[in-house]
Amino acid sequence: MIYSMQCRSIVKGYGEGYAIATAQPINLLSIDTNGIVSDSMHMLNGKSIAGRVLIFPNAIGSSVGAYRLYAAMMNGRAPSAVVCSKADIITASACAISNIPLVECHGYDRLMRLCSNRDVIATVNATNASITLRVSQD
Amino acid sequence: MQLSREEEDALDGKYGEALATAYRILLAIGNAMDADRLVPVKWAHISGVNYNTIGDAGLAFLEEMSRDALASNVKARVTSTLNPMGYDPVKGYHDDRFVERQERIRKAYEAMGIIGSYTCIPYEVFPIPSRGEHVSFAESNAAIYANSMLGLVTNKESALSALASALTGKAPYSGLRAEEARSAHTVIDVKHEVNDELDAALLGYFAGRVNEQCISFRFSSGLEGSTPIGTDGRARINAKALCSALGTSGSAGMFLVTDSAASDDDAKHRIEYTARDASMVKDELSDEDEGDAIVYGSPQLGLNELWMLANMLEGKRFRKRCLLFCARHVYEEARRIGYISVIEHAGAEVYADCCSCLTPLISRDEVDSVITNSVKAAYYLKNWNRVSVCLKSMKEIVRDECL
Repeated sequence: MIYSMQCRSIVKGYGEGYAIATAQPINLLSIDTNGIVSDSMHMLNGKSIAGRVLIFPNAIGSSVGAYRLYAAMMNGRAPSAVVCSKADIITASACAISNIPLVECHGYDRLMRLCSNRDVIATVNATNASITLRVSQD
Repeated sequence: MQLSREEEDALDGKYGEALATAYRILLAIGNAMDADRLVPVKWAHISGVNYNTIGDAGLAFLEEMSRDALASNVKARVTSTLNPMGYDPVKGYHDDRFVERQERIRKAYEAMGIIGSYTCIPYEVFPIPSRGEHVSFAESNAAIYANSMLGLVTNKESALSALASALTGKAPYSGLRAEEARSAHTVIDVKHEVNDELDAALLGYFAGRVNEQCISFRFSSGLEGSTPIGTDGRARINAKALCSALGTSGSAGMFLVTDSAASDDDAKHRIEYTARDASMVKDELSDEDEGDAIVYGSPQLGLNELWMLANMLEGKRFRKRCLLFCARHVYEEARRIGYISVIEHAGAEVYADCCSCLTPLISRDEVDSVITNSVKAAYYLKNWNRVSVCLKSMKEIVRDECL
């Protein structure tokens, strides 16, 4: 099945990859240079965001978090695009210097439902403000 | 977002790459936060100084920015100050590679005309602008303190947005910069007594979870004493602890203290904070009853805390290693007054220009568990340094860990 969703463009660009989605805000400082989430209190702990479309509500905690996403990018381990429910200063500045497309999606609950417990390939076009999801049949 | 002709030119690179990058950051943030324009700020406080947190990628970014700034003759346009670095340059550190990189970060910033303050409590070191002035503070405890205690106006900036504000003297008009955002939708009814800095921090950590820009606290009238949060004496120590914990667990950039008698009908949402909530937060962060070393700081201790600690420590001695972090300026002042010698006589190591969060000075190779009164330190020690934590108040630590 293919689903399309409207979104708001924050940092322009185009990215595609398997979606990795969480309803829990992320402290970006917990992302290591290999693009792995390393926060024992987070549901994505131990998971890689490299090459994925990272879907999370917003960043929390450290103001330095932006540099972690930048470091992952320099190391070739950045997400291919980022989708937030409420884009914030940390995430926006991180994506701006790392050239990672960033959009804000208002149908976030629906997005979460579609992405939970199955493989979803997400395409984010931050230039014409759209998200496309290809959901495998299960 | 509407940019002036000059701002557009800067974004297009007419004034060099450093300013173009700065405007690109401001534009992305402005887009994210629905800003319609940029407004002038009086002061930028920049985080992202510690090599341990920004790493080689951060260093490369800053050196490039600094080179570009130099090439196009761009310097900080407003008072710009820096967060702590990773070590105390006067005491030194055994890892030459770390020191070499840390020093390069310091040079990159200072070459852009940014003051090497290395403090996370700039509000206790530098003169405070008039109420209502816009600033751009990245360090979360400082941003929350500025908004909530000093009447200054800032968002909880990122390391990069504060740097962009330093070079441009501007920030997007959005979030907490708009008056209508500076009121709370959620009131936390504080039914559990806040007696010390640890109580205040546990409350702050709890409140951050609400995940709103501005939160209101209403201290129950049944509780003894005056409002435990303020700008004087102990209330200020509590306020600092609350700000740092609030900044750690959530995205709030401001809090209000509502008079217990005042009506708060505007608030849409009400949450009770009870003894049970306090102990749940504490249990989440504090997983030990004991510890190998003691850590005071995060935020760095001010003169208030050093005075309080020196008074408690007179004639006592720590039974274990104790590390204490403060601002250089505060350290010098406290040394002249005599607090530092009392604290050092008690066996504590006093570090300046750095802080407990993400410092390489506390490593799992040397300690398994740390005792601290800082909820922010607890969070980062646990998650970053991977050591266990025992949370106690400053007073409890002196009571239990001194001879």
